[in-house]
Formats: sequence, structure tokens, C-alpha cells
Amino acid sequence: MAAVEVELAGIRLRNPFLLASGIWGESGESLKGAYAAGAAGAVTKSIGAEPRAGYPNPTVESYGTWGMLNAMGLPNPGIGEYPREIGIARDAGVPLIGSVFAGDAEGFAEVARQMAETGVQALELNLSCPHAKGLGSEVGSDPAEVERVVRAVVGAVQIPVFAKITPNTADPVALGLAAERGGAAAVTAINTVRALAIDARLRRAVLAHGLGGLSGPAIKPVGLAVVWQLYEKLRIPVIGVGGISTADDAIEYALAGARAVQVGTAVAFDGVRVFGNLSRQLPARLDALGFPSWAFAVGAAHPPREPSSRSPRGGP
Amino acid sequence: MRTVVPVVERIVETPSTVTLRFDEASRARPGQFVMVWVPGDDELPMSLSYVGARKGVTVKAMGATSRGILEISVGAPIGIRGPYGTAFDVGARRILLVGGGSGTAVLAPAAEAAMARGSRVTAALGATTATEMLFEGRLRTAGATVELATDDGTAGERGYVTGVVERLLRSDRYDVVWTCGPEVMMQKVAAAADLAGVPVVFSVERHMKCAVGMCDACTLGPYHVCVDGPVFPADRIAALPEFAHRKRDPSGRLVPT
Repeated sequence: MAAVEVELAGIRLRNPFLLASGIWGESGESLKGAYAAGAAGAVTKSIGAEPRAGYPNPTVESYGTWGMLNAMGLPNPGIGEYPREIGIARDAGVPLIGSVFAGDAEGFAEVARQMAETGVQALELNLSCPHAKGLGSEVGSDPAEVERVVRAVVGAVQIPVFAKITPNTADPVALGLAAERGGAAAVTAINTVRALAIDARLRRAVLAHGLGGLSGPAIKPVGLAVVWQLYEKLRIPVIGVGGISTADDAIEYALAGARAVQVGTAVAFDGVRVFGNLSRQLPARLDALGFPSWAFAVGAAHPPREPSSRSPRGGP
Repeated sequence: MRTVVPVVERIVETPSTVTLRFDEASRARPGQFVMVWVPGDDELPMSLSYVGARKGVTVKAMGATSRGILEISVGAPIGIRGPYGTAFDVGARRILLVGGGSGTAVLAPAAEAAMARGSRVTAALGATTATEMLFEGRLRTAGATVELATDDGTAGERGYVTGVVERLLRSDRYDVVWTCGPEVMMQKVAAAADLAGVPVVFSVERHMKCAVGMCDACTLGPYHVCVDGPVFPADRIAALPEFAHRKRDPSGRLVPT
């Protein structure tokens, strides 16, 4: 059977599947539950300096099996309360990636420093939430600002820093390169795609916030394109996310260049057991497709490169 | 998927409780809930108090309940998502139903479904005062034996409904107890039924956002109330340190209930 273990920025993962930020992840019990179900680790909900209630309902619009629209508004209990939740998951042995957000580089560095103290193995910077004023992609759409934020955080903590970038821009590669220059250990792509639901009968936007972010199978081709482009230009690993609900979806992301993947909306469709299904199916699907391991599939859809244009990536 | 339907009836049940009826074709089972959206106001999880093609929700004026849903008029459009969540097993033969205040709203359709299949239902209903008693007539009409308790003694026994429950459990045999109401009440009901060796089923409430098991707003211990509940076997819930003590606020912080 094909090997599916992954090494990501020095962190050993039992398979490539991580719980994506924003799904479950607000409580320690849920982080623990995702790991128990088969995820290799979990990215926390994005945590800020202060408690934040998020937007009023409706916060979610469902489109059956092909997608989901949300504007939660970054609800979170605040970094002051969050160590309690982290502790529950950490004590259960869950590899954890702490997601944080703030409005500027200094804010990011401070909340990242506090998150690192909780004992997470890595940080993921939310530079990409598509619907929070002054936060998320409003910070993360400018490459210079992305580089500033990443550099400030890398200087403030001792653990690997991942930058989660937005697809809602003309040039996501510029954001990935900026994160790399700032010292990021990996780039996560993509966050949700900016989208809107209208109810014709009511003549109004459905979500209380108006604009939201689309997730689920509908955005898989968008995520694959961004991962593909990032893999072409970046030296650091890419973590793929967007519309993965089967082992074959994950292999497509690997072929595009993803070292590991995150799964979110599929949890709403199949429950957290999706992680058990994915991790069971993956070795057989890799075998069937002729890959001796997950690592061999990473980037394998790209044409061979000139030897000079590729630098070592720490293994296949 | 969301549907938008007009409110077809608005019934004032008690001075603080209103039922909204609407026609919506999805198949729902007693115990399940829907997300009710009042456009321009709020979207709230509401257990169905009527589960047929003409569905209903029964809303109580409380701190967090928006005025929008209480004051909505007949003909106004509302959005409905669902039904979601777990349901009561209406196959039990001898059922003791314990409703505290507006908690009876979710128990009434379950009792009707069980009685329609030949089950015997005894209902112990509690309220602050006689005029706040919910669905007493509805349950009697469906064939239930109804016992009452009020805080001020204006209907039935004076005091908490748990006193009535202890007496009923001593004097008769039941296969199951269904309860919904304040969590402290449900915990006492579970303790009394435990002594009598009768299994208990709770319907519980938490702040909800997505309602589809994704956002983590409604966690209760290891469970997500929107998909693992809202109807739970009491032995999974009653001993959780959070239950009857703390719940998560919209930011996810645990705060006293």
C-alpha cells in the first residue's frame, strides 16, 4: 500500500488531511474529535486578540452538494480564553496549527506570540477571510503588507508560520511570493471565493452581512489553479484547500503541487467521519493510480522543469 | 436549501408565547428543528411544534429572542432551512412527558405521534403561572393524561414540576421519559427517572449559526447540538460539566447559563 505520511515544515503527519480553519475548531473537544476521526491534525478557528461574536444570522447559505456560502465574521473567544480549548486538544496529542488574525503586522505578531505559547506546532495567518472589514483579505490583498505581516510574526515566534492567502485577487502568486520572502514555512491556498446569495422573492441578499465566501466542490477548480501557480513559483511547500471531499480530490491537489491538504465543507456534508473515509481510501487510490506514495504524487502533473529553475524542496 | 413561505397563522398561546404556522412540504419528525429567518431581523433555531405539511414553531419572548419573530404578522414571508437534527423515537409504549415552560412546544408533536400509534402518554407540565401553561388543552385533546405544576399555585400543584414527576414515577410504570425545559429541571428529572430505572431523552438548546455541523457554535461537550442533537439520550449529556451550568456565547466563550 502506498505510504501517505507527510512531513510539513518539520511536522510529521500520519496522512495529508488536516481540518481546515473555521470548521469545528472553536472548541477543544471538536479539534480532538476531528483527530480521533482520522485527520492528521487540525487548524484552529481563526483567533484574534479579543472575543468576537461574528455577524448576525443568517451566516450560512447551503447549495445542496456543490457548495456553501458563509459570512461568519470571524467569531472567536479571543486569545485570552483560547488556551483552555487548545489544552484539551493538545493533551489528546492532536497536531495543532493555530490560526490567527489581526488588522496589522504588530497585531498579528502579538496574537501569534500568544498562540505559540499555547503549544501549537505551527501558526497559520488568516490573510484571506473575504468578508471582515479591515481584516483577512483586506490586509492580505497587498503583497507588501503580506510580507510585512509574515516577517513580523516569524520574528516573534519560534515555530513554523504558514500564510493562508486569498484567491480574490488578480495575482495570488504575488501574495505567495511575498509570504515566502517574509519567511513563511508554507503557503495555504485557498480561502473561500467571494460570493453573494440573493433571494428574488425577498429582493434582498440572504446573508446578514451581504457578501460571503463560497466553499465546497464548486471551488475545487479555483483552488487547483492557485495551487498549481504557486507550485510553479514558490520554493516553500503549498497546503491545498478548497472543495476536497474524496481521496481523488486530494490526489488532484497533490498533482497540482500540494504537500498536504485541508478539508472543511465536506465535514458539513459527511460529518467528521469524512476524515476516516479519506485516510482509508487514499492508499488504495494512490495504488490504483500507480503512485508508490503520496509524496510521489506531489507536483507530478507539472511538466519537468529545467534543473536550474528548481531548488531543493526537502524531498519529493 | 432554503424556502421562503408566508406565515399563514399567528396564534397567541400565552402572554409570552406565540405560535407561527406555515406551509412547507419537507418531511419532518417530532424533535427536529428548523432555522427560521425573519428577513431583515434574525435567523433562529426553533424546534417544530407542528411537523405536518402545515408546520409550526412556538416562540417565547426571552432575552435573546428578537422582537422581529414575535411580532411578525400573518402574510409576512419567512425563510425556512431544515428540518435538521435528531428526533424522538415515537415507538415507545408508555411515555412520561415533562415540559418546563416553552419546552413543551417540542414535546407536543412527539406525544401526538406516539398516541396516534397507540402509545399511552402522561404529561407533567410546569409553568410560572396558570396563564403561561403551554399546550395543556392540545395534549388533553390528543388523549394524554395531564398533570400541572405552577410556581404560584394558580394551576395544579404549587412548586416545580419535578415534584409531580417524582410522584408519577413512584405510582406508575413508564418505558421512557421525554423532557425539555430549563436544564436544571431536566437534570432533576433525569436523576428521578434514574432512581426509577427509566431511560430519559432530552431536547436541548444552544446558540446556533450554521445548523449543519460545521461552525462549532453549538458545541456541548463533544457534541454538536445541530447534528448530534437536539434530541439526546440523557445519559450522554446530563453528566457533562457544561450541562445546566455553562453554554457558549456567539463568540464561542463558555459563559454561565
